[in-house]
Amino acid sequence: MNVVVCVKQIPDPAAPQAVDPQTHTLVREGKLILDDSDAYGVEMGLQLAEQAGGGEVTLVSMAPGGETSGLRTALAMGAAKAILVSDDSLKGSDALSTAKVLAKAVERAHPDLVIAATESTDGYTGTMPVQLAELLGLPSVTFAKKVSVGDGRVHVERQTEAGYDEVDCPLPAVVTVTAGVVEPRYPSFKGIMAAKSKPVEQLTVADLGLEPGQVGAAGARQEVTDVSAADERKAGEIVTDEGDGHEHVVRFLEQLKLV
Amino acid sequence: MSIDKVWVLAETADGALTSTTLELLTKARAMGATTEAVAWGTGTAAVAPVLGTYGASTVHDVGDIGDALPGAPVAAAVAALVEGGNRPDVILVPASYDGRDIAGRLSVRLDSPVITNVVDLVADGDDVRSQHGLFGGAQVATAHFTGARPWIFVVRAKSFAAEPGTGDPAAVSALPVPELGATNGAKVLARHVEERTGPKLDEAEVVVSGGRGLGGAEHYAMIEELAGLLRGAAGASRAIVDAGWVPYSHQVGQTGKTVKPTVYIACGISGATQHLVGMKGSKNIVAINKDQDAPIFSVADLGIVGDVHKVVPKLIEALKARS
Repeated sequence: MNVVVCVKQIPDPAAPQAVDPQTHTLVREGKLILDDSDAYGVEMGLQLAEQAGGGEVTLVSMAPGGETSGLRTALAMGAAKAILVSDDSLKGSDALSTAKVLAKAVERAHPDLVIAATESTDGYTGTMPVQLAELLGLPSVTFAKKVSVGDGRVHVERQTEAGYDEVDCPLPAVVTVTAGVVEPRYPSFKGIMAAKSKPVEQLTVADLGLEPGQVGAAGARQEVTDVSAADERKAGEIVTDEGDGHEHVVRFLEQLKLV
Repeated sequence: MSIDKVWVLAETADGALTSTTLELLTKARAMGATTEAVAWGTGTAAVAPVLGTYGASTVHDVGDIGDALPGAPVAAAVAALVEGGNRPDVILVPASYDGRDIAGRLSVRLDSPVITNVVDLVADGDDVRSQHGLFGGAQVATAHFTGARPWIFVVRAKSFAAEPGTGDPAAVSALPVPELGATNGAKVLARHVEERTGPKLDEAEVVVSGGRGLGGAEHYAMIEELAGLLRGAAGASRAIVDAGWVPYSHQVGQTGKTVKPTVYIACGISGATQHLVGMKGSKNIVAINKDQDAPIFSVADLGIVGDVHKVVPKLIEALKARS
């Protein structure tokens, strides 16, 4: 079974984040890393390919500057190869433009199953995978917390407001997974060494047969006009527990007439 | 070109319109436009009076979609209506599981981008500006569309207050689903409801949430006990839901529930952006965490720097002694 996992390479979320005052887009400087949310998808893909007794995991990603450091992490986990779309004209792409690019790249891998995270950690629009499914003419099941595959179908436990739904869907399909669907493996030393020589195919927008006007800032047809500081909550009282911390909480609740 | 017509995707749960749907209808009405709803399922006729009260003159009824997930059929039906010449200026979609699916597929069908994670909307003459929290709400971004209408906004729960008006029941107009093919392949085989006691998480006056600082699933019981004593609901950070300590339905945050209780008590929660997004609107916030540099303290009205395993049991004892 061939699995494509869409992965995003993002600035380290642990590092301070900022918005460019001119473009109002997130500053994406320095090394990018594999979005933690995508490690679950990569692991899920590897497990399903293993259980199916054959096939491989192909990564598909879009990133500026030919960035591959996040892809190498996923390759070190066990993915076989990667397709990376990198093109200056993609700067400022929104979710729909990104989906158009990834759809063209995903088609090249002829997948039985496409996996993505429910949303990225940095942009978290959460619509790209479903847009991708619609562009590919595929069914989709989002918010999967458990996934199994057999007899050409995927079986998913999908989170809902009240609990979860059991959903059955024929392959090929797009499935988005939540963090916690599986425990991502740590790349082994052998895996890290092997990842260095695994193929990463680099493509441009022209290679995919897309026009520059369809993607990037032009394709987004939306703009951020302003970024400003939110109304600050007024500074609260911070006390160190000296065995009486709970009393402060009780007094606070009393003032609110909750006790 | 003014804002003349707004559609709201009207979601139901257990036969009633969801609170986010009512919030969006209220906002659409306030924008001064003709408000219409799009609904699906078998209960549309039953909710038409409420839709009318909240300002919808018409409800386009996709009708029974059987055991299909709503994303593909509802998006295709709405897209067909738009392409047939019934063009709204704005489409408001609740930021729910199914809402996001519908918005994504509709976006492709109409080749129209989507703006998501909206927390406020301001009609500004011929324009509509959306607001978004960045970095856990520390900054606010304002955005708008620059291309053709309809503009699709996916709006987070509790962004507006829901207020009924005085309208007559919405007229129900059947909206057929075109042939879909493979995209409609996903079918729901069974629905599982995770039972919980006490008030609902997103409606409770008091929410007590636990995070990784609890140290283990067995310690979540004290969160539930404290919530029970305060007649509130027990919530959780994503970290401990992912770790399998508590069911997903307890999760507060970007991918969980948005809560705005009178008081939110965060126990052993560091306050990652993804959590703050879901609770920063609480009227009062109490945080108990042993790390004095934890981001949760930046939004807390009362912060206790201390061990949850010491502070929370004493708090429970003190509350029990009073009752």
